[in-house]
Amino acid sequence: MALLEIENLVVEFQTATGPFRAVDGVSMKVHEKEVLAIVGESGSGKSVSMLAAMGLLPWTAKVTADKLTFNGRDLLGMAPAERKKIIGKDISMIFQEPVASLNPCFTVGFQIEEVLRIHLGLDKAQRRKRAIELFEAVGIPDPGERLGHYPHQMSGGQCQRVMIAIAIACNPKLLIADEPTTALDVTIQKQILDLLMRLQAEHGMGLIMITHNMGVVAETADRVVVQYKGRKMEEADVLSLFESPKSNYTRALLAALPDNATGDRLPTISELFVDEQSLQGAAR
Amino acid sequence: MTVVLEARNLVRDYHIPGGLMKKAKTVHALKGVSFSVEEGKTLAIVGESGCGKSTLGRILTLIDPATSGDLLIDGNKVDITKGDLTPEMRRKVQIVFQNPYGSLNPRQKIGDILTEPLIINTKTPADERRERAMAMLKKVGLDEKHYNRYPHMFSGGQRQRIAIARALMLNPKLLVLDEPVSALDLSVQAQVLNLLADLQDEFQLTYVFISHDLSVVRYIADEVMVMYFGEAVEYGSRDEVFADPKHSYTKTLFAATPRADVASIKARLAKKQAA
Amino acid sequence: MSQAAATNAVSTDPSRRARLAEFWYYFSENRGAVIGLVVFLFLVLLAIFAPWVAPHDPVMQYRDAVKVPPVWQEGGRAEFLLGTDAVGRDMLSRLIYGTRFSLFVGVIVTTLSLVGGIALGVIAGYFRGWVDTVIMRVMDIILAFPSLLLALVLVAVLGPGLVNAMIAIALVFQPHFVRLTRAAVMSEKSRDYVVAAKVSGAGHGRLMFKTILPNCMAPLIVQATLSFSSAILDAAALGFLGMGAQPPTPEWGTMLAEAREFINSHWWIVTLPGIAILITVLAINLMGDGLRDALDPKLKRS
Repeated sequence: MALLEIENLVVEFQTATGPFRAVDGVSMKVHEKEVLAIVGESGSGKSVSMLAAMGLLPWTAKVTADKLTFNGRDLLGMAPAERKKIIGKDISMIFQEPVASLNPCFTVGFQIEEVLRIHLGLDKAQRRKRAIELFEAVGIPDPGERLGHYPHQMSGGQCQRVMIAIAIACNPKLLIADEPTTALDVTIQKQILDLLMRLQAEHGMGLIMITHNMGVVAETADRVVVQYKGRKMEEADVLSLFESPKSNYTRALLAALPDNATGDRLPTISELFVDEQSLQGAAR
Repeated sequence: MTVVLEARNLVRDYHIPGGLMKKAKTVHALKGVSFSVEEGKTLAIVGESGCGKSTLGRILTLIDPATSGDLLIDGNKVDITKGDLTPEMRRKVQIVFQNPYGSLNPRQKIGDILTEPLIINTKTPADERRERAMAMLKKVGLDEKHYNRYPHMFSGGQRQRIAIARALMLNPKLLVLDEPVSALDLSVQAQVLNLLADLQDEFQLTYVFISHDLSVVRYIADEVMVMYFGEAVEYGSRDEVFADPKHSYTKTLFAATPRADVASIKARLAKKQAA
Repeated sequence: MSQAAATNAVSTDPSRRARLAEFWYYFSENRGAVIGLVVFLFLVLLAIFAPWVAPHDPVMQYRDAVKVPPVWQEGGRAEFLLGTDAVGRDMLSRLIYGTRFSLFVGVIVTTLSLVGGIALGVIAGYFRGWVDTVIMRVMDIILAFPSLLLALVLVAVLGPGLVNAMIAIALVFQPHFVRLTRAAVMSEKSRDYVVAAKVSGAGHGRLMFKTILPNCMAPLIVQATLSFSSAILDAAALGFLGMGAQPPTPEWGTMLAEAREFINSHWWIVTLPGIAILITVLAINLMGDGLRDALDPKLKRS
């Protein structure tokens, strides 16, 4: 059974110049224990569609979908209080800027224990024990002392590990990672990706990896959804996406990678992919 | 081939003054870096945050002085603390920044942004300034109608084109490119890289390309210098460095870079099956 | 992708009018601000056309009509709509002429402190070091005095009168502008576009006033509007204390001072100038709020 099921998701924002459609009829499924990568450039609506599924968009956004279920339960029709219980516990999320996602006024230990208190209702001693366990699980050395540190005392990579620890604190069934390594150095990126993959395998979580980096997709995903301007261009398993991309857009995106350069100029997307026509022909 | 840029043992220290409770300390951002770049070539400086590559970029662009060491541009020694910085020298080196949203003055029209360097450094009459700015706009793939617009009306890629155009207005010999494509989308990145290659061919420009992205570096560089904590740990031609990295950090860096080719995906999936 | 972006850029009207329209869109969302603006414009017109609008000469004393109440009260006379004061001068005419003085005070004080504050603030924020320390310590000293008291002392030294009062108030307001400018300059100074201008050879003067300053104007405009109303208030206070405009000038604060003794017997002589001050200050503050709404999000967006 699919863990998260989205059918025909549409997200519209009210702006000064009229409604703006950020996500236009996107459908996808995430199965248990599966790594799904959503890849696209800025403005492709890849983050917005996930925020919409989590109900984290501001009120100016209008979200509609034919189907939006998590574990068979309808998320759209659910009461906000009910939904809140699921989000943060069964679904959790990590973001691009680890230092900005942590509250600078509190120690990281306080922040992780707060999640444990709210969602699991553990007492003080249990909370501390579990927090240390989690820090060990995400590879933070000397967890007992680290719990008393403030975010600004840690590096970006360490902060992202803390975010991951908070995200997996309640053993979620689904973890959504929104550009988790974009703000990090390459060597740190490698460590964080390895950590995410290890935790995903150990806990049997579903993992949605939102990224613009084809390298990250290749290193992590089982299945890939390619989005462009709010629409889904292609959905395929990772090998066939890279081996034989079906949509013109994916083909153009792969060709624009400097790794695949032949000759001394890169093919650009506008040469390979004429926007409107391909949009008509793309699978909706 | 003439050498346009030569650095001999560049050092940069930052002194952090002590307060009531703290002792003053010195941070060595650059610990003696030497290299040279020939005309029309590209030197890529690779490293992660805090390795001193941006500090080096600011020294090369004559924004900050080096603590010690020699910097030679076009064979002339430059030391900005001694007042060697003549307008002619200034014109030879220009810079393009990483973030196209912060590098253009939001209150200036594109035309003013492009003609400003000419107003400051030359006595070019107004008509000619306008003509040259228009010509440069076309050269970087924009249009004459963009002349009277403000920066916020452009996309990131277009802004980076404007920043490149501004840098080229004074006909520099050397362009320092500080992560010029890392804030851009993949498709736009390809266009800007192509533009840079075209401009290099046309004007015989010399590039110092600062980046953390190895795939871009492999594509654009002639020579590569890898920096780690203020030191150049690896320096050589692109093919040498990529084929046979000597230093352990370079090897770590290469191993950490995600690969987007079919073979490595197959290898990864096979490993996953086995586990 | 870039093609689409290009067509987007084309559809945006590049003219100044489009930016004005955007400004108006945000400004007009705040209803209070629009009301404030309308009242303020009305006051400006009143000040300009005072000689034609006012029914009487503001210093003309009608000996036969001393302390006549407003027209709607018993004993009121149609020729004196808002009554007359203790020596028989028409209240309405005096209030209308008073607009001139108040707006004049506001404009001069704001301009003086804005120009001085910007100059000092830009220099302090740009050069830092000992220049910054000296300027900011002096400003701190000015700020450490209760503002009205300091103005009072300055006027006492310079001699009472509207011009001296304005100079004193401008001096007292200066530090706010210096601080605001300095903070804005410091945050803008490290931006890439400033470094880029430096690399293309711009000197200190050009960097300070042509490159950085235009990007710091939004908070200063807001502060200037708010100072405008405070200046009017302070000038009225000085007038009330006898240190501002001297009688028979129809300045609102001076009018209040002259009429203090009638507060129980002839309410209109005291209350009406007070209401005039209230309405003016309120209108300008409401307008300032709207300006903040319209200008500040712009700062965040860029």
